[in-house]
Amino acid sequence: MEKRLLLPILTTPLTVLNKDAMLINKEQDVVPFRNRVKEYAVKIGMGLVNQTKLITAASELVRNMLRYGNGGETIIEVISKGRENGIRLTFSDKGPGIPNIEQAMKDGFSTGKSLGLGLPGTKRLVNEFDIKSKVGEGTTVMIIKWKNG
Amino acid sequence: MPFLFWNWKSGKRDLSTKIFNTAKMEKIPILKMGQFLLVTIQIDLYDRLALNLEADLIQMVRKTEAKGVLIDISAVTIVDSFMGRIIGNIANMCKIMDAETIVVGMQPAVAITLVELGLPLTGVHTALNVERGMELLRKKILFNGKETVASDTDYTLDSSE
Repeated sequence: MEKRLLLPILTTPLTVLNKDAMLINKEQDVVPFRNRVKEYAVKIGMGLVNQTKLITAASELVRNMLRYGNGGETIIEVISKGRENGIRLTFSDKGPGIPNIEQAMKDGFSTGKSLGLGLPGTKRLVNEFDIKSKVGEGTTVMIIKWKNG
Repeated sequence: MPFLFWNWKSGKRDLSTKIFNTAKMEKIPILKMGQFLLVTIQIDLYDRLALNLEADLIQMVRKTEAKGVLIDISAVTIVDSFMGRIIGNIANMCKIMDAETIVVGMQPAVAITLVELGLPLTGVHTALNVERGMELLRKKILFNGKETVASDTDYTLDSSE
């Protein structure tokens, strides 16, 4: 009985309601990108705190992409899973890649001269975080923030 | 958008690089108020703008011999690790230049995000609004003044805190 009730929730497919791609090549692209993310977050009725968390996370990842990957492509998607709505952001660059992801996800580790908060901090700000990287090919980071997450 | 200026000497339209650059570059104004400097950030910063502000502010501290710097971030909706680092840098640099820095007007959502991000903002003094920030600056400068007077004399026991 319980299983039958639970299963549909667990297996609810993730549907993409809206998709928007944006190229990031220079520093000046960051502010328009942040505004675009904010627009979508407002549209689905996300609260101010969650909005701020999402945009801050996006800002960190875009900066990483510019600094280490020489820019790349971002995809903003409005997604829904069951009754939950959310925003999914994908950042993909064709940079040098990350040789040791485990190390990069540690607080305080940085190959640049930053504080090393970018990746681990971002993970704390969002609901779902996924990073894939191949040395010499590039890095793709995907984050999801649910409306009420 | 570049502006075209008519150069009356040569009778040609002048598109000098200097004018072109100033027209393109945004700047954050730094206002002098007595012995303090007041910086109100009204737009969301991008990296270059934040770095320029850092450099300009230190120059202004030297030029005006300011004893305190008040940074109002009430209109800033996003403070990420880079911006946080810049704010920390400004505070530390001003400290070396003998000026106190106070950040005022942080939005609640920004504070929540900063803590969750793991940004310590150590050495940065904060106040809720400009009024309280000014008060705090005055107190701090007064206190620092007393401290230096006290350390000149020999009896420093009661002010060792």
